[in-house]
Order: sequence, then structure tokens, then C-alpha cells
Amino acid sequence: MTENIIQGKKKPSKWSMVGKDASSMPLKDIDLSHPGIWQANEYLPFLARLRKEDPVHYCENSAVGSYWSVTKYKDIMEVDTSPQIYSSEPTIGMVDTFEEFSFPAFISMDPPKHDEQRKVVQGVVAPANLKNLEGLIRQRVCNILDSLPLEEEFDWVNRVSIELTTQMLATLFDFPFEDRYKLTRWSDVATAIPGHGVINSIEERWESMEECLAYFTRLWNERINKEPGNDLVSMLAHGESTRNMPPTEFLGNIILLIVGGNDTTRNSISGGVLALNEFPDEYEKLRQDPSLVKNMISEIIRWQTPLAHMRRTAKTDAVLGGKQIKAGDKVVMWYASGNRDEEVIDRPDVFWIDRPNVRQHLSFGFGLHRCMGNRLAEMQLSILWEEIMQRFHKVEIVGDVERVYSSFVKGYTRMPVVLHPK
Amino acid sequence: MIGFCLILKAAIVAAAKNELVAKGELEMINILFIEHDGTEHPVEVKAGGSVMQAAVSNGVPGIDADCGGSCSCATCHVYVDSEWIDKLETIGPTEEAMLSLSTDRQETSRLSCQIPVAENLDGLVVKTPEFQF
Ligand code: HEM
Ligand code: FES
Repeated sequence: MTENIIQGKKKPSKWSMVGKDASSMPLKDIDLSHPGIWQANEYLPFLARLRKEDPVHYCENSAVGSYWSVTKYKDIMEVDTSPQIYSSEPTIGMVDTFEEFSFPAFISMDPPKHDEQRKVVQGVVAPANLKNLEGLIRQRVCNILDSLPLEEEFDWVNRVSIELTTQMLATLFDFPFEDRYKLTRWSDVATAIPGHGVINSIEERWESMEECLAYFTRLWNERINKEPGNDLVSMLAHGESTRNMPPTEFLGNIILLIVGGNDTTRNSISGGVLALNEFPDEYEKLRQDPSLVKNMISEIIRWQTPLAHMRRTAKTDAVLGGKQIKAGDKVVMWYASGNRDEEVIDRPDVFWIDRPNVRQHLSFGFGLHRCMGNRLAEMQLSILWEEIMQRFHKVEIVGDVERVYSSFVKGYTRMPVVLHPK
Repeated sequence: MIGFCLILKAAIVAAAKNELVAKGELEMINILFIEHDGTEHPVEVKAGGSVMQAAVSNGVPGIDADCGGSCSCATCHVYVDSEWIDKLETIGPTEEAMLSLSTDRQETSRLSCQIPVAENLDGLVVKTPEFQF
């Protein structure tokens, strides 16, 4: 079935491992970077084999060149917490760089530059500020949920996950509500590879980014003349250390926040529905005790792992899990694998809403680059599930779920559901 | 009858503990955690673990410890009572790097997973922040 979807969309690439037997293929041929197995939902056996037989694995040939795959929790932790060896520069994606285009964004910077820039903007998504945004976010969640059809099929991804994420971004920036779809568009454009659907050329990206910069510059100018507000633009415009930020840096920060909060939150929203449908006993547990929502949110984020990996580049020679890493090597931390590491996580393939130590997952990364939006993401998901449980007995998946063609963004493009009211 | 047994059992356990403490084999150390709203949580732990573990294993709220003590999440942030701050070992480079990114760092901020519970800390007082981030 999944094969058909892939064949229907595009010709299978020579790199694809879809349909291959993870347990018998030569270790050296395992290439986690190719999106095929991720879209087809066949990646878990490959991750399990590497964890067991070759936890720090070298893939010599792939469409993105050679790279190391790190698949055990403790090795991932070691890489993530050693920025002096494993650098986030020049990029945290597996494709070397979009040479013609890169943002000055702190996610792909090392200290001290990273720290300086992160400090400037992180206050906006710190819990103290989120408290101010909570009411508005809840109101918008309620509006969306109340507008959904009951006992009738619709696509959860479009109607809820994407819509909600877009509205939450608009809330964060106090962005004109009727123009909110621009945010999602800019996020898609910023990360798209030209020629793969979203944009056709680098020029097209530039045009779009210039539009984004012009729009935000207008908002900046409006807000600098008003009382300081709780939104990101106002905070940047009034902040002592940000008032004089050069335009490229301003744009870089805006784009990073839009991109960082877009697919990740969207796919956690869909992932929760899938998990509860696959584990009906857990859904029943939640109905019996809705106060489990807080714990469940972290379990959703672990189980889903919305970003499958982050990449580092070795600055010096190093030994990792007994393997010799050379300066310049690409090292990929597979969070999607570490989160299923049976040595650290009890029955890791089980979705377990009252799991002990549930917060100790890798989905947000660890160390200096640990996700800046993690509290925002958790708040959004908590509000959403609190409100869902107030209204619906079940969000039932009634057809085939389709997944994103990517080994980075782990998520869904379609999820047909029917809502059953309480 | 059951009540009596329990009292007896408690007495035996307490006596055994006192004996160990007297022998210096089991030193119990008192730590007082105070939430941002003033709620107090006294705990009694053995030397050896970290202040973070002392909180988590005794159900003290306000400390998330998302990385489980690897000094890589900063969600075990505490404010050490100023009377005690000089008794602690100095902040290491990794702790400093993580703390420097905290949005509400104060002068006595520490990551509690980096404070070993030692005998000279009997009576330690730490405040937990309103939010961990
Ligand atoms: C469940 C949702 C989310 C997941 C799973 C997630 C995941 C991650 C991960 C794994 C990193 C680490 C990058 C690295 O180590 O190189 C990261 C960084 C980041 N995330 Fe998130 N994220 C989520 C939501 C958000 C949201 C809502 C925002 C919006 C504010 C956001 C903004 C950022 C930023 C700005 C960084 C860069 C931090 C730095 O380099 O210091 N994220 N995220
Ligand atoms: S528990 Fe993560 S830094 Fe202390």
C-alpha cells in the first residue's frame, strides 16, 4: 500500500530502502538519510538493527554524501553536549548547505555567537511570557475545535494541525490574523529545496524572503511607536540588545522562530491522535483521568519525535562509541532512534501516557541548542488536549494516514478522522 | 495489634538507623526546598546523590530535571540560600554555559544536579524558581 503511494508520487530512487529487509541487508548499505523508509513508516527496524549491531555507523555512499549515524541514547547525548568537538556550523541539516542562501540563525552557530543571539530572543518564549499568551491561545484553540464537523470525515492535518499551528504563530508575533497563511508559506519556502514542489528557483525564495522582511519591518515600525507588548516583534523592537539589530539578523531570527515552531508542533498535534488510536487502552486511561494530559504531552513528543535528527560536523578527531571520527566528518544524531533505545527507555515502542520519567526524551535535543520553543510547544499541546477531552469522546482515524517525504521532519500530510462527541 | 506492630517496626527501623548514623555509615542530611510561593518541603537524604535527586526522589515540585542530571537541560535550576552558597564547590564550565542561557539567573543560581549532597551541607536551603526553562 505504502509502496503504491510512493510509486504514485514519484519513481523510487536508487537510494530508497523501502521494501528491503532490515535484518538481512548488508550493514554497510543501510542509509537512514533517504526519505523513502520514513514516508513508508518502515524506518524502525533499521534503527533497531543499527542500535544493536553498529550503534555508531558509517554510511559511505548516499545522496547526501558520507556520514555517521549515531543511534544510541547515551552516544547522542555525548554528541549533543560536546559542542567543542561536534559543531553546529555550517548547518544542522544533512544536505551540506543551500550554498546560495543561508540565514544568520543561531541554531547553526557555535558559542559565543550562538549564546549572544539566543539570549536576545529567548525571553519571548520563556514561561513567564507564555503566561501572558495562554488565554489568547486557548481561545483560538476553542474556536477551531468548535468549528469542526461531528460524525463526518475530514482531514485532521489540514483542519486542525496546520490551522492551529498557523494561528499560534500569528499569536506569538501578534501578526495580522487575516494574513496568517503567509507565515506558513514563508516557513515552507525558507526550508524548501528548489524544484521539489514549493518553489522552482533560488530567486523565487529570495523574492518571498524579501516580502517577509518587508512585512515584518512594517510591523516593527508600527510597534516601536507603541507601548511595549508581549509579542515577539514588539519585544525585539523595544529590547535594549535588539533595538539595533541589522535587518538580516532580524529576518534570520524571525524565520528561525517561524520554521522552528511550524512543522514540529503541527506533527505533534497529528502524532497524538495517531498514538491514541494505536493504543486504545491509553485513550481509555486518559478518558478516566484527564489530568494525565500533562504527562501525556511529553510522551507524545517522545513517541512522535517530530525532528528525526540533527547534524553536527566534527571539528577535531574524536572517538565515539569506539569508532574513530575524523575532523570534518558529518555526524548525525538520530533522536528518533535514541527515543526508542531499550537500554534507557522501558518498553520504548509502547505509547504509555503515565510513563515514569517521561520528560527524559531526546526530542528537544540537549545542551546549548536545546529547543528554545519547548515550553511553548508543551503549552500548546496541553491546551489542545485539555480542550479536546472536554468536547470529544474520540477522535477516530478512519482511513489511511500519509506521511511526509523526509528523513528530517517526521510527520503527516493526511489523517482522515471522524469526531465522536461526548 | 496491627498498630502496635507498626509502631514496633518503626522503632526498630529508627534504632537501626541511629546505630548506623552513630557509626558514621549512614549520615542523614537535611535539605529544605522552598517553592516560589513559600511552600516548604523538608527532605532527609543520604550523602552521595545530587540535590536534584534529593528533590525528585522525594516528590518535591518545581524541578523537572529533563536530562536526568547530565548538566544539559538547565531544568533543575535552583537559587541557593546566600548563607550556603560559599559552602558549595565552584561552578564548572558546562554548568556555567547552561546557566548563562537561563532567562532568570540570579547571583546564587545553580543547577541542582551539579551539587553533590555532602555532609557539610546538612541544613542546606534552596529555593525553586517559579518556572523551569
Ligand atoms: C514539539 C515541538 C518541537 C520539537 C520536537 C522541536 C525540536 C527541536 C530540536 C531537536 C532542536 C535542537 C536543535 C539542535 O540541537 O541543533 C530545536 C531547536 C530550536 N527550536 Fe524547537 N522544537 C519544537 C518546537 C519549537 C517551537 C514551537 C519553536 C518556536 C519558538 C521552536 C524553536 C526552536 C529554536 C529557535 C531552536 C534553536 C535553539 C538553539 O539553537 O539554541 N521549536 N528544536
Ligand atoms: S537535570 Fe538537566 S541540567 Fe540538571
